[in-house]
Amino acid sequence: MISKEEVKHIAKLARLSLSEKEIERMQKDLAKILDYVEKLKEVDVSKTKPFSMKLENVFRKDEAKSKDFPEIKNLIEMAPERKENYIKVKSVFK
Amino acid sequence: MIKEIHQSLIKKEFSAEEICQKYLEKIEKFDKEIKSFLTLAEDFAISQAKEIDERIARGEKIPILAGIPCAIKDNILVKDLKCTAGSKILENYIAPYDATVVKKLKEAGAIILGKTNLDEFAMGSSTENSAFFKTKNPIDLERVPGGSSGGSAAAVAADFCIFALGSDTGGSVRQPAAFCGIVGLKPTYGAVSRYGLIAFASSLDQIGPMTKTVEDCEIVFDVIKGRDEMDSTSYEIRNTNYEIQIKDLKIGVPKEYFVEGIEKEVENVIKEAIKKYEKMGAKIIEISLPHTQYALPAYCIVATSEASANLARYDGIKYGYSNHQVLDLIDVYFKSRGKGFGQEVKRRIMLGTFSLSAGYYEAYYLRAQKVRQKIFEDFEKAFKIVDAIFTPVSPTLPFKLGEKIDDPLKMYLSDVFTVSASLAGLPAISIPCGKVKNLPVGLQIIGRPFSEKLIFQIAKLYDIG
Repeated sequence: MISKEEVKHIAKLARLSLSEKEIERMQKDLAKILDYVEKLKEVDVSKTKPFSMKLENVFRKDEAKSKDFPEIKNLIEMAPERKENYIKVKSVFK
Repeated sequence: MIKEIHQSLIKKEFSAEEICQKYLEKIEKFDKEIKSFLTLAEDFAISQAKEIDERIARGEKIPILAGIPCAIKDNILVKDLKCTAGSKILENYIAPYDATVVKKLKEAGAIILGKTNLDEFAMGSSTENSAFFKTKNPIDLERVPGGSSGGSAAAVAADFCIFALGSDTGGSVRQPAAFCGIVGLKPTYGAVSRYGLIAFASSLDQIGPMTKTVEDCEIVFDVIKGRDEMDSTSYEIRNTNYEIQIKDLKIGVPKEYFVEGIEKEVENVIKEAIKKYEKMGAKIIEISLPHTQYALPAYCIVATSEASANLARYDGIKYGYSNHQVLDLIDVYFKSRGKGFGQEVKRRIMLGTFSLSAGYYEAYYLRAQKVRQKIFEDFEKAFKIVDAIFTPVSPTLPFKLGEKIDDPLKMYLSDVFTVSASLAGLPAISIPCGKVKNLPVGLQIIGRPFSEKLIFQIAKLYDIG
């Protein structure tokens, strides 16, 4: 139903590192769930539009707000690696 | 309950600080066993309570929730308190701001005692998926409190607080409310702002009150509801203050909810409850919601797809757990997410990523969204005939710890009766309607969009009847 290679491919797309054991378990679990959702194929949806909420569009003015949000400090402090007022990441270019 | 405490506070029969102390002591003593709280905010709670007492002493008119102790599910932000979502990946995350619902509760003077346990990222039906510990059902410590808002449900049922907030994506307020014998409302999609709720599945998530009585549920709902400019899907409920005479009330009972999978004892209690309404004069009408059996598979696809997108933000860079014992930037993502997320969360991210991936999108995600439309149309048709729909909340009684944790599909089936209203965006309440031995059974009342007032009115009749 779903191959080990497919599981590995999906894990790559999802940016998840999985151990060999996890991959095996995942393959089994996903196969079971996908088998269950097969049921959806019984429904005739040839003339049905996909669901959407009947809500109205909501707009706001596209305005720049002041940079003196008191939250900014708190937000930056949550980053695991930082330097001054910046969030630090590993180098992208080698 | 809330009204009585409010009166006593005004009459100075006891102070807000005294109630707050009493509840904190109770938690200190008994939560060791039940384990409903992840974080307590004692000092903050006491200082808030003192402030309310000062206002009362000055002769100020205080709002109905002022001085009322409550608990907040730990996927809803309370400024300066930890907000873990039950996950290792957010173990040390401190909320930088208040969720809109929390802001509203604080403005109303409610006293926040602490944050309650949940399945990681609200993914689960038993609170066993919390990365920290399992919460137990106060009615029977060998059983689960339901989930994912199991901590909130247990805290209310154990009387560690007067009310709590939970969040409901596929049943996460209603099912634990049923399992713990309390009241829980999933509001209409858009009725309550989701700003500051850690996102799981954005087209389904709603925050809802968990309380001891229907009256309390209405009081809390009235405080937290409403349009919020920080959530563009939130909506102001137009005044729908219609009262209905019980003799004019038409209750629909969908036959698809009484077939396979439901425990006989649960079915009997629900049928008794429906009879009670019939005796009071309501008209009971058998209806059909033909696509009921497809609701859970459609939910599995829609919810996990949205989750896989929402949880992409946990990258080990912006906040939370980060694995830096790696060379490349991309490895930070892989390792932080691989180690930070628990099994169920990874399973759902995988399923969602699969459903949205090239070659599978149409067969899975798009098809599920079309089936969701069918489910919505089933309800539309039904509500042309009836005013409300009665179903069981859960097909089973509260199950034992460990009973379903190794079988994801079996666990998902716990939500088989609650996901339909979620997919259709409809309001639904769970009220305790009887017991099997000492275990509670919940009745689900589903209404038309934004008909919360009517749902409360119908639910209140149960006690009178």
